[in-house]
Amino acid sequence: MAKHRTLKVVRPPALIHGNAAIARGAIAAGCRFFAGYPITPATEIAEIMSREIPRHGGTFIQMEDEIASMGAIVGASLAGVKAMTATSGPGFCLMQEILGFAYATETPCVVVNVMRGGPSTGLPTRPSQSDVMLSRWGAHGNHASIVLAVSSVEDCFHVTLKAFNFSEKFRTPVILLSDEVVAHTRAIFSPPEDDGLSVINRVRPSVPPEWYIPYENTARGVPPMAILGDGYRHNVTGLVHDVRGFPTEQKEEVRTFYERIHRKIDLNREEIEIFESVFLDDADICLIAYGSASMAALEAVHLARKVNLKVGLLKLTTLFPFPSKPVEEVLNRSRVVIVPEMNFGQIVQEVKNLGVCQTRIIPMNRYDGHMFAPSEILQKIREVY
Amino acid sequence: MQESTHLIHQYLRHDKKFPHLWCPGCGNGIVLGALIRAIHHLGCSKNEIALVSGIGCSSRMPTYVDFNTLHTVHGRALTFATGIKLAKPGLKVISIMGDGDAMAIGGNHFIHAARRNIDITALIMNNSIYGMTGGQSSPTTPFGSVSATAPYTQIERPFQIAEMAIASGASYVARGTVYHARKLIGLIEQAIRKPGFSVVEIITHCHVQFGKYNQMGSHIDMLKWQKSHAIPVEKAGSLSDEALKDKFTIGVLANRDFPIFDQEYEKIRQAAMQAQP
Repeated sequence: MAKHRTLKVVRPPALIHGNAAIARGAIAAGCRFFAGYPITPATEIAEIMSREIPRHGGTFIQMEDEIASMGAIVGASLAGVKAMTATSGPGFCLMQEILGFAYATETPCVVVNVMRGGPSTGLPTRPSQSDVMLSRWGAHGNHASIVLAVSSVEDCFHVTLKAFNFSEKFRTPVILLSDEVVAHTRAIFSPPEDDGLSVINRVRPSVPPEWYIPYENTARGVPPMAILGDGYRHNVTGLVHDVRGFPTEQKEEVRTFYERIHRKIDLNREEIEIFESVFLDDADICLIAYGSASMAALEAVHLARKVNLKVGLLKLTTLFPFPSKPVEEVLNRSRVVIVPEMNFGQIVQEVKNLGVCQTRIIPMNRYDGHMFAPSEILQKIREVY
Repeated sequence: MQESTHLIHQYLRHDKKFPHLWCPGCGNGIVLGALIRAIHHLGCSKNEIALVSGIGCSSRMPTYVDFNTLHTVHGRALTFATGIKLAKPGLKVISIMGDGDAMAIGGNHFIHAARRNIDITALIMNNSIYGMTGGQSSPTTPFGSVSATAPYTQIERPFQIAEMAIASGASYVARGTVYHARKLIGLIEQAIRKPGFSVVEIITHCHVQFGKYNQMGSHIDMLKWQKSHAIPVEKAGSLSDEALKDKFTIGVLANRDFPIFDQEYEKIRQAAMQAQP
């Protein structure tokens, strides 16, 4: 394969939508393999990748379905190339099986789910945030997940880069949740220079092949990853495997496997949990939001502050591992917490599960295929203030 | 014997706890032997071979051999193989599947890999049954036979694997049997050497499931059945329809040249990289 070309161009600001920013973020992160299948509202990501990725020496392939797309990106990643796919609800459902394989084999990859209304074909051209729990628990079996949510064009670029960095650093698939509003909202975006970006690549083995233990139970929990064809001939299987990669049913080995794939995420929660605090210091009422709902929430906070209502926002970029520490702090200091979501209440359950103090936790839900308006969130704030 | 010992030492994994999972008398070992001999004849380095399998008895094969091995999910081996081949074109990617794996749950991936004519070699072991789960009907279970899920006989007609590969656009399609073990080595060797999508359908036996349900006797009897029912494709043309009834052809069934996906994509990549941004 051709050597990856490093572009050192300063690109002018451009008016682009969220899907385009995700594609740009992926290229900047070093993604050189994209496999996908057309689906609204994610298709633009595939279209842009089909044009851009070969220019950077990479590969685009349109597969026969989303299952095949997922298989292809895992294969490409095992062969050493950073890989991504992008889809929406129905396609994301199909991907769960091989997503599970990626968790089990600790194969880095990024899966973008541009959420639309569901279940089934649902509301293909309308936004939703109803795949949050699917993203955490979609693959069967015990696994830890990293799920990130984007809320703006700027976010789409930088969080995609983060998603790749986490996937490479922790050897895990990362789910990037966008939604139809973020996907198709255009904004002026000034791409940063490639030199200024921090791009993480997976750690490769430094020992000779005969010393290499592919799934070694290290303290950090992330074993160095050998690439197919690099001389480290090892076995990769979706069966529970021992440290050498061979199927096992020995209880000690089974337990070690499960504990390590959880530990490697758990130990690094602080690094993985990305969130943003707005006016939290003196807030009586706090909003906890993510994705496009967090944009409406942010505007509502500004409107509230104008009329001297002490309202703050905790904007979550990382949904899983659930950022319990910052949420607990918010619960400890606020009188009321409002969680606006475009679903029947998914992240609000995580907030309630923390179960600290007497703080009132109020879910605020929209599921009519339309986004939140700042005014309706403000109205809710006034009701409970 | 000496050659076999040498090959065993060179290609089987020493750190994998044998015995393998296959039943005594199973044909899968003969296929593994043929594959190792074919790779040995080709003179490939072990590092440049990637064996990618799905789920099932036959798909356990990669675990035992000292190549880059990938044991994936049921039916999807070819999708992983596609990603590997495109990410690392220097690898010789060989996909190992069974009939249920490749034709039922993976049927769509199979015809599309053939249509793309991507440079992958697909070996499909056809024993007409789901062996690992206990003898249920597969897409190649013959009409009128009996299985664990067709106790009143199978009323669906079987897929013809090789013919489907030909119709879907594979460059090279062959069929062999585990009875004709030496011939099989040559077919696999040619398939690996041939650029583009190559398919070798390998007729094998599952005497503990299919044989048991259909009173076909021991594994020896089933091997004899292969011998008496296989017609070399070169001879088939001169035989009457009556003589060909219930028989199947073996040998190279198609060998042709179509555009190869990975080569075509490399042209696109080169052109795109040279174009001004």
